[in-house]
Amino acid sequence: MTITRTVEGLKNGTVIDHIPAGQGLRILRLFKLAELGERVNVGFNLSSRHMGAKDLIKVENVELTEAQANELALFAPKATVNVIRDSEVVKKHKLAMPATIEGIFACPNSNCISHVEPVDSFFYVSEQTNDIKLKCKYCEKGFSKDIVTAVE
Amino acid sequence: MANPLFRKHILSIPDFSREELELIVDTAARLKASPRDDLLQGRLIASCFFEPSTRTRLSFETAIQRLGGRVIGFDNASNTSTKKGETLSDSIRIISSYADAIVMRHHKEGAARLASEFSEVPVINGGDGANQHPSQTLLDLFTIRETQGTLEGLSLAFVGDLKYGRTVHSLAQALSLFGCRFYFVGPEALAMPDYICEMLAERGVSYTLAETIEEVIPEVDVLYMTRVQKERFDEADYQKIQGRFVLREDMLKGARDNMKILHPLPRVDEIETAVDASPHAYYFEQAKNGVFARQALLSLVLNETV
Repeated sequence: MTITRTVEGLKNGTVIDHIPAGQGLRILRLFKLAELGERVNVGFNLSSRHMGAKDLIKVENVELTEAQANELALFAPKATVNVIRDSEVVKKHKLAMPATIEGIFACPNSNCISHVEPVDSFFYVSEQTNDIKLKCKYCEKGFSKDIVTAVE
Repeated sequence: MANPLFRKHILSIPDFSREELELIVDTAARLKASPRDDLLQGRLIASCFFEPSTRTRLSFETAIQRLGGRVIGFDNASNTSTKKGETLSDSIRIISSYADAIVMRHHKEGAARLASEFSEVPVINGGDGANQHPSQTLLDLFTIRETQGTLEGLSLAFVGDLKYGRTVHSLAQALSLFGCRFYFVGPEALAMPDYICEMLAERGVSYTLAETIEEVIPEVDVLYMTRVQKERFDEADYQKIQGRFVLREDMLKGARDNMKILHPLPRVDEIETAVDASPHAYYFEQAKNGVFARQALLSLVLNETV
């Protein structure tokens, strides 16, 4: 029922669903989805059979690429990203951890050169047994995913 | 065929393969045995020390001039456009249009890698904050090979500040490619960081944590001393550890004949001056080797063949 309405509600664009409740606003802000000049519908704390509560974002006329969708995997590994054309789902991105992540998070190391120069932040992502590590290309410091994603 | 370091940036030890490290060490040994004064003939090198450093700067500038090259640059950022607010990336764009290579030191971590993205010529990292100082590691490797005849399968102890000392981190990264084994001796609060221990574990390198210098001395080929800085501790904690990581001459009795003591310098009181006369002491020769290691780096970066 929900899925039908979602697709119906959006003629062209991208639906990011099954975002853990509370992460929707961060995703909206970090990926600058509200700054694209397109209509964005968001739902917070929607009821979900599997997740209890979830957030959902619909962006009109913007098709997230696979690489962009993968950047979401750090916050919301179980999110679903569907690309809609003419009210039909034409692409379901299966989220995979990206090898690198650029320009989304600031480096947690306050003495890293990336804070004071005109460059995008850049991290190498590596999956470890119980954690995901991000290593800054510039200062070469490694951080647990939770530390990097918590930097405002 | 051009050597693999020709026109390459020299930024960080993990960027190097084992073969590249060996090439630099071999070249340094050759230049020490038969000095050359022509390898940088007609070349102009920018020596950009945004953060002051005496030994590294003089050693690089000596290396350049001994090889027949010329130097432009500055020894601190206070009289440069950095003071006016120019970004590092703009400074590097300009400087790289003047010189054939840039040697730089900067207090921010990652500065050299960033500079390499804006430079038309090779950038050589002379230290970027607490991150990397590859030419120090290369001179350490050269000195170890010179004294031991090999880099393969050696036993080394690192003593002192293993947490903040970028020298020991980079040297451990480099030697992990050569099947060495390590002993770490230092206060718990200054232990080797997790990322280095994880890297060693991943590469199957064995290491042992030891309590005292005495217990590792008979086991090692190289004793690498570093300074425990007083300002890292409050007074009471410092009193407890003070003296525990100081090398005295009487401790050297059980040392192997080939054992050499290294130290990146400056030394304060962690090696008693009485040790200086011991045949095991090699830290002053090590500092001298800095010029040859830097000559090797510059020669390889600026010449197809050396």
